[in-house]
Parts: sequence; structure tokens; C-alpha cells
Amino acid sequence: MKHLRSIEELGVEGIVRILSLSEHMAQVNQRPVPKVPALIGRTVVSLFFEDSTRTRISFETAAKRLSADTMTFSVSTSSVNKGESLRDTIETVSAMGVAAFVVRHKTSGIPWQLSQWTDACIINAGDGWHQHPTQALLDTYTVMSTLGRTPSATCLAGLRIAIVGDVRHSRVARSNVQAFTALGAQVVLVAPRTLLPPGVEDWPVEISSSLDEVIGDVDVLYMLRMQRERMNEALVPHLGEYSQRFGLDERRATLLRDTALVMHPGPMNRGVEMVVDPATLPGNVITRQVANGVSVRMAVLFDVLGGSEATTGVQT
Amino acid sequence: MTNQQTINIRGGRLMDPLTGRNGRMADIHIAAGQVRAVVDSGNDLPSADIELDATNCIVSPGLVDLHVHLREPGREESETIETGSRAAALGGFTAIVAMPNTEPAQDSRIVVEFVRAQGERAGLCEVVPAGCITLGRAGEALAPYDELRDAGVRLFTDDGNGVQDPLLMRRALEYARDLDVTLAQHCEVSRLTTGAVMHEGSCCGHLGLPGWPAIAEELMVHRDIELVRLTGARIHFLHLSTQRSVDMVRVAKAQGLAITAEAAPHHFTLSDESLRSFDTVYKVNPPLRTALDIQALKDGLADGTIDAIATDHAPHASHLKEQPLDQAPPGMLGLETALALALSELTMDVYDVLAALSWKPAKIAGIDDRHGRPIAVGEPANITVFNPSLEWTVDRNSGASKSKNTPYHGRVVSGKVRHTVFNGHGVVIEGVAQL
Repeated sequence: MKHLRSIEELGVEGIVRILSLSEHMAQVNQRPVPKVPALIGRTVVSLFFEDSTRTRISFETAAKRLSADTMTFSVSTSSVNKGESLRDTIETVSAMGVAAFVVRHKTSGIPWQLSQWTDACIINAGDGWHQHPTQALLDTYTVMSTLGRTPSATCLAGLRIAIVGDVRHSRVARSNVQAFTALGAQVVLVAPRTLLPPGVEDWPVEISSSLDEVIGDVDVLYMLRMQRERMNEALVPHLGEYSQRFGLDERRATLLRDTALVMHPGPMNRGVEMVVDPATLPGNVITRQVANGVSVRMAVLFDVLGGSEATTGVQT
Repeated sequence: MTNQQTINIRGGRLMDPLTGRNGRMADIHIAAGQVRAVVDSGNDLPSADIELDATNCIVSPGLVDLHVHLREPGREESETIETGSRAAALGGFTAIVAMPNTEPAQDSRIVVEFVRAQGERAGLCEVVPAGCITLGRAGEALAPYDELRDAGVRLFTDDGNGVQDPLLMRRALEYARDLDVTLAQHCEVSRLTTGAVMHEGSCCGHLGLPGWPAIAEELMVHRDIELVRLTGARIHFLHLSTQRSVDMVRVAKAQGLAITAEAAPHHFTLSDESLRSFDTVYKVNPPLRTALDIQALKDGLADGTIDAIATDHAPHASHLKEQPLDQAPPGMLGLETALALALSELTMDVYDVLAALSWKPAKIAGIDDRHGRPIAVGEPANITVFNPSLEWTVDRNSGASKSKNTPYHGRVVSGKVRHTVFNGHGVVIEGVAQL
């Protein structure tokens, strides 16, 4: 695999491969010294055009545990030199000898544009509203491993997963719908029509506008972050009403099955989509998602950069 | 430029508004900027400085493009009037309407006269400046139509922006009516397209790009049809892109309203699916739409609902296009590929394609006294000679435009301009620009 740009491009086979590798990386992470020389001498650059501390740190931790050299190229949107095109930026940094770029940008499609102009591998760490494939992989891994399943093309079969909130502006939702359905899960999107994307009727999902009708019936409740800046766009009347219809409060939490997992990609908007304290819920796996993120990103870096399996020191 | 050149064009099939759709095999003699003789093929012609072979070719009135961005003044890194004129001549155009979104905008006599003069200096085709509907294209105050009319302007538009304010648009139409000029609208209700990158539909939802809904165009088409009904003025709709727009214009024309419309080749040859590559070359305003819209535009052209094919030639330097999709400017090249795309992609006869690329737009632009004329003795010699079935491959690196943002790079098309005669001069001979 040369790049990881979208779940669609990765395909079912690729997803299963990454999930299997992630299991091995999880073993590495349980060792007293969680570090292997798999990517020694390779340079991984975090090219973040949009702030994201947690994703960046997760990737950098993953790269370091594989012994890669890491650098960060942070371009806050405001300080981008307007004279420098995207192409100039990537060509300049590539010239320093980079094996892989981990890219985050507020606009969809950047990983595809960049891969025209560099020989390095591109790993998409979030492009606009489009894709966040490592989030989908770590979420898939979390569901699979928590439920005691093993990697396969049908490892989420029989599961009903609700994704709740601002699907329209969410790269997490787009990636997760693709990954969950590819592995056999049934997905229901729960949102007001204003927060659903155009053409959603063609997606392989069910659609509901009532969380109350859906919540008692799901194996996984995946809550999306509701961004406050959406309030200026007449998408919902106000956050309070959104929270009332789509937030996970104490009353709704009682409707959940005992075994249902509760997930969130972070950062959480407490009091908006997450009213109840998730720590009080038996199915809360939100911190496990973050922990798994490191293993999954190690697997992705390893896969993309073609590290040798012998160097991970685990049996495959 | 002198008018001393004499030219013979032999062996071609003449096709003009008077020859009918099959045309006529004839040879012509050009002198002093005029057609001086038209004879049946093979008959004697006076001798000439230049003999142009037109075997297997159509000889037609020069093409007219109602919609060209030449970027001068203000954006000469992307195009100049000279490079744009050269691309036009190579594409078979003898007249191009220069859109007024220059910097400064073409809202005063001085800017309009500069553009015209630069066109004359280049000498490759007639550069016909359009004026603005509103000062600075800001949508707030009317531009001085009479001053601009005195400077030769017949078509007024804020292209790139639609006139949002219905009161201002009403006044503009009322005022323009007295002056016998045409207002041309870029139909886009901007409140519905803030930040938009591509057509709002299934593809945009999948790609997570902000959408430009069809209704943003259709609402303004509808409003302006009703304003034309109210004011009795006439309007030209630029680059229609949606099925419903075509339907509304068809009905309005049937009701006798003074409405004309154009479609751009990219809108009837490319769809929103192109954006799956995330290549900014496919970002254009209005956006590429769906297969249904493409068919509606083709049908509209075929039945005459859409009068003209206009390129919306919009050069942008590479470094401008090599930006994120939301920041890259919209637009693509069109001048050198328009005729070939029309001939390759439309099911219309060559004659109907020429109507849409020559004499109908000449009338809309108010230049039908000198372009889109019959090829007859005494007429101005603005003539295009093209082989309608010659195949060639579009190459962005061999174009005359200063920019390379053609979406057709590598595409095989049929129909190639061989010679272009502008004002009695062979400005393109055997596919090579002479100036």
C-alpha cells in the first residue's frame, strides 16, 4: 500500500490486513519497553494545516514506537504564506528526504492533490469533511476487539451501529460508514435533515431523525461532535434544542442495552451531544478508542512504509 | 494594421446563414479586408498573395465567443489580451467578448477603451469589451451604461457575480431598455452558494465538499425571466448549467420574451463525477453538473432554447490552481477546444453548431454588422476554415493561452481549425498563428 487516503481506497482486504497488524502492534504496546526497530532510519512528517493535538500525538507516538524519526510541520491556517502554493509546500518538505507524510487539512481532497507532487507516502489524518481513515480503523478495531471478535471481512456482521449528529460536516462519519458497512455492520444515521449530506439516500445506511426510536436497539452508539460554529449557519435552532433531540442524557442512557458500546471520536462537547458523564456508562469505550489509536496507527505506518515483519518481534 | 493582404481560399464547402445546412462548394477571394469574389469550386479567381487550401474543410463565418476572460488588466500572470487573442484565433474565433471582471473592472470608458486597444494591437481577432451592470461589479450602483455604450459596449454583465438585489436588477433592465443594450446575467443566488466548490448532489455529499445547488441558479433565472416580463427589456443568460434552467428558458421563449442563453462546452461534456480526482482543474462556476443536466443542455442547444455556445474561457496560472479546492479559483480554458468539443460531443449538424458558435452569438453581442455574416461579395472578411472530422489530441502544453488549465488534456477530439482570417488577414494558417 502506497498511501492511506480513504477507507474506500483501502478496501475490505486492506481493512482486515490493518486490523490484523493492529493486534500485533497492541502486543508490542503491552511490553515493558513498547518499541521496535521496524522503521528505523525512516522519517515521518506530520504536516498539519489544521490544529489537532490528539491525532498528531497519536501518530507521532506510533511512529516513535516503530523507531521512525518524526518531525512536525505545523501550518496554522492564518500564517500560511499566501504566495506559497500547496505544491510548493509539499515539494519543499519532500526535498528533505521524507518517507511518509501524515496530513491533516480543513479541505477535502488534499491527500490526493499532494500525492501528485511527492514520492513519499501520504497518510490521511483528516481532510475536510471527507475522510479520516485511521479514525475509522481504530473505531472498527475497538468494536471488534471489545466484542472479542477477530479480524475478518465479516467481523462486524450482525451489529447495529447508530452514528448520531452532524454527519454532513463529518469526515469521521463518512469513513466510519464505509468501514462499518464494509465489514457487515448495519448502520443507522441519526440526525436532523440539515445535518445530513446531499445524496445520503444513496448510502448503504438507514436514516432516522429520532434518537429515542433508535437508541434501545443498537449494539454501538457512536456520538459525533457538534461544532458550536455550526450555530451560525441555521442548521439547528440552538445547541439546547440539538442536545434535547440528539444528546445522550441520563434518560436516554437508560434506554441503552446493557451491552451497548458508547463511542465518541473526541473532543467531546460536554453538555451538548454528551450530557451524561460517559464514565458512568458500562459500555463506555471512549478512552479505549484513544489507546487503540496508537496500535492502529503503528499498523498503518508499518503497512504503508513496508516495514519488515521480523523487526516487530512478534509472530504474524 | 493594413488591409493590403489578398487571400484565396479554395476547395472548401461554404457554410453561412444563407447557404443552408448543406452549404456550397465554392472558392473565395479576399482583398482589402472584404470578400471580393465567391465562385463555384474550381472556377477562376483573381491571383492572391496567399493561397489557402480548404480541401475537406468547411469555410464559415468566423466564430464568436460571448464569454471570455482575458485577465488584462490586472491578472496578466494568467493571460493577456494578446495570448488570449492568439488562443481565440487558433480556436477559429474572429471575435471574443471580454468579460469585465478585470482589475480595474470594465465599468468606465477608459478601461473599456484600453481593452479594445490592446485587442487591436494584438490584431488576432476583435476583442469586444463587455461592460459591468454595476459599478465595480459590487452589485450596489448602476454602471454608466450610456458612457459605455458610446465606447461601443453592447453587452453588460457582472459575470462572476449575479446581481443579487432584485430592485437594482429591475432598474438596470428598465434603464438598459431605452439604450437598446443587452444585460447578461450570471445566475447565482450567492446566499445559497457560500463556500461552494462543486455541484450539490450525491457526489459532493460523498466527497465532503461544500455544494453549489442547482436551485441557486434556477431562482435567479426565474426572477430574471419575470423581470423581463415586467420591464420589456431583454436579457441574456450566461453559462446555463441545469436542466430546470433550460426548461424555464424554453417556456419563457415560447411566451415571446426577449431572452437568449448560452451554454459552455464543459457543461455539456463533463460531470460532477470528475471531481472525484480532486483535481482543481474541474472547479468551475457554475459547477459541472450531472448526466441529466448535460443531456438537457444538449437538448436545449439542439432545439434552439440555448442560442449560443460560449466558452467561459477562464485561464488561471498553475500556482493559483495548485491550491486546496476551496481556495483555487474557478474556471477552465475553452477557446482552443470549443469547436472540436461541439463537433465531437453534440449530435447537431455542423450547420447548427456554426449557428451557435457564429451568427447567433454575433447578434447577441451586437456585432452582427461585422461578424457571423454571410460569405458574400462586399462582406467583411472574418472567416474560419476547419476540418470537421480531423482527429487530434488536446495537449495542455501546446496551447497558446498563458495558462494550462484545460480539463481535456489527453482527450482525442475531432474538428480542427486550419485557417482563420480576421479582417482580411490570415491570422492562422495551417494551424499556426501568424502573429
